[in-house]
Amino acid sequence: MKTLLELTQIGVEFKTPKGSFVALDNVNLKIEEGEFVSLIGHSGCGKSTVLNVVAGLLVATTGGVLLSGREVNEPGPERAVVFQNHSLLPWLSAYQNVEIGVKEVFRGKKSRSEMKEWIEHNLELVHMTHALHKLPHELSGGMKQRIGIARALAMQPQVLLMDEPFGALDALTRAHLQDSLMEIQSRLNSTVIMITHDVDEAVLLSDRIVMMTNGPAATVGEILDIKLERPRNRLELADNSHYNHLRHEVLQFLYEKQRKVEDINRNTKKKNEPDNKIKRLQKAS
Amino acid sequence: MAVIINSDTLLHTLRNLRLNFTSDKLLRFVGLPLAGMTVFLLGWHVAALGVHTSLGQFPGPVQVLHQSAGLYQEYLEEKQREADFYARQEKRNAVLLEKNKDFKAQIRDYPSKPMFINQIGTSLKTVFTGFFLAAIIAIPLGIALGLSASLYGAVNPILQLFKPVSPLAWLPLVTIVVSSLYTTVHPDIPKSYVTSAVTVMLCCLWPTVINTAVGVTSVSSDLNNVSRVLRLNWLRHVRSIVLPAAIPMIFTGLRLSLSTAWMVLIAAEMLSQNPGLGKFVWDEFQNGSSDSLARIMVAVLTIGIIGYLLDRTMLTLQRKFSWDKQAITR
Repeated sequence: MKTLLELTQIGVEFKTPKGSFVALDNVNLKIEEGEFVSLIGHSGCGKSTVLNVVAGLLVATTGGVLLSGREVNEPGPERAVVFQNHSLLPWLSAYQNVEIGVKEVFRGKKSRSEMKEWIEHNLELVHMTHALHKLPHELSGGMKQRIGIARALAMQPQVLLMDEPFGALDALTRAHLQDSLMEIQSRLNSTVIMITHDVDEAVLLSDRIVMMTNGPAATVGEILDIKLERPRNRLELADNSHYNHLRHEVLQFLYEKQRKVEDINRNTKKKNEPDNKIKRLQKAS
Repeated sequence: MAVIINSDTLLHTLRNLRLNFTSDKLLRFVGLPLAGMTVFLLGWHVAALGVHTSLGQFPGPVQVLHQSAGLYQEYLEEKQREADFYARQEKRNAVLLEKNKDFKAQIRDYPSKPMFINQIGTSLKTVFTGFFLAAIIAIPLGIALGLSASLYGAVNPILQLFKPVSPLAWLPLVTIVVSSLYTTVHPDIPKSYVTSAVTVMLCCLWPTVINTAVGVTSVSSDLNNVSRVLRLNWLRHVRSIVLPAAIPMIFTGLRLSLSTAWMVLIAAEMLSQNPGLGKFVWDEFQNGSSDSLARIMVAVLTIGIIGYLLDRTMLTLQRKFSWDKQAITR
C-alpha cells in the first residue's frame, strides 16, 4: 500500500502570557491509503492538536504534513473533519447541511441532479434518508452526528478526520454509529484518522492505534497494530483472546506507562489545554 | 376510503385539548391578568379622587373611558363635516356649471385639523420611517463591527459615546440641519416629519448595531471551522454562516430598537410639532381645558397599547424568520 499522509517532526508551541507552551514535540506518523488509525491518549495530551494540524486549522511550529506528496498549509475539503459536537448549521435541514459542502466541492463538476443524487447517496450511507428535511434540533445526538459524517463523506475527502466523533453520545447510540462507520469504511475503503478516549472503540475500529504520551511536549508513544479480521463483530470479539490482549495492551499503556495523576484539589478542570488556558489568562488580566 | 387514525396521536391530541382548558391554565392566562387589571383600575380610581389640579380633578378610569368615546365621536363628526364640505362644493359647482358652460369647476381641499385617529397614523408612519432607516444602517454596520475586531476597537468608543444621548439633545441640532438641507419641501413630507424620523433613527440605531455585532462575534468557532474546511470565500462565509448565525441576535436588537424608537418618537413629536401623538399630548397640555388631563390620559394608554402591539409584531416576525426558537422568550 502506498503512503497517503505523512506527518514529519511536528512540533506545536502556543504563546501564552507566561511564556511558550510546547504542546507537541517531534510527532512522526505515516498513514497508508485505506487505513483506519485511532489516536488515543489522556485528555490534554494534544490529540486534537495533531488532528487540527492535519486538518490545516492549526499551523505547526515545526515540521509539516504531506498529503499525497503535497504540503498541507490550509484547511480544505479533501481533509474533511467530523467535529465532536456535530457542528451542523442549525438553520439548515439535514439535506441542506450536506448540500452546502457538496455545492462547494463539486461546483462546476456535477450537475444539479447529480449533486442531489450524491447528497442523497451519502445520507443513505449513514441511514438518514428518513430525515432529509428535518432541522438539527429535531434530531437526536446520534442522528446529528450521522449527518455530520455524511457531510464530511460527501466532500469525497482523501482522508476523513474525526475528532472524538462519538464522545458525546450514550453507549448504545455509540455502538450503532461504530457499526455504521465500520460498514461505511469497508464499502468506501476510506482513510480515517479518529481521536478517541474509548479503548474498546479504538480496538474495534482501527487498523492501528497510535498511543500518545502525556503533555506537555506530547509525542507518539507506541503504535499498536490491530490484526483482527474484518468484518468485525463486537459480540464475537468479546470472547476473542487476541482482542482482549490488544485491549489489555492499550490499557497498560494508558494506566501504567502513561499514568496520569491529576491534582484533584487544585484543579479539577482539564489540564494542559492551551486554548482554554490562554482564554482564562486573558480573562484574568 | 378507509380512514386510519393513529390511536396514539388521537390520544395525544385529546390530552392536549383537555390541558388547554384546565382550570390551572385558565387561572394563569385569564384570571391573574384580570385580577391585576381590576386592582390597578380600583387603585387608579381611588388615587385620582385625591389629586386636585388647576385643571380640576385628576381623571379616573371612568372619565378616561368617557373621553376616548368623545375623541372617537369627534373623529366621526369631523369626517361627516368633511364629507358635507365636499358635497356642498360639488352642488355649488353643478349649479354654476348649469348657468355658465365655460365655468371651470374647482374643488377646494377641506382645511381639516388633525384628529386623534389620524395622529396615531402619523406617529406610526414616522416611527417606521425612523426605524427602517436605522435598521438599514445598523445591520450592515453591526456585521462589519462583528467581523473585524480592529474596526470594533475603533468604532466602539463612538458607539458608547452616542448611545446614552437623549433624543431631546439631538432634536435642536436635527431640526436646524434638516431646515438647512431639506429646502425644497415636498407637500407630503413636511419638515417636522423628517426631523422626527431622523431623531428616532439616531436614537434607535444603537441596540441593533450592538446586538448584531455581538451576534456576529459569537458565531461558534466550530461553525467557523466548518466554513474554513469548506474554503468558503468571504462573501459566502458571511452569507451562509455569519448572517444566519447572527439572525436571533439581530432580531433581539431590532426589537429593542423598535421599542426605543416608539419612546423617542413621542418626545420628538412634542418638540418638532409633527402632527402625531406627541403633538396631541403637547397641544392638550397647552390647551388646558377641563378635559385635557383625561384626553392626555387616553393618549398615554394608546401609546402603551401601540407600543405593546409593535413589540408583539416584532416577536411574531422573529418567530417566523429566526431559526432559534429557544432564544425567544417574552
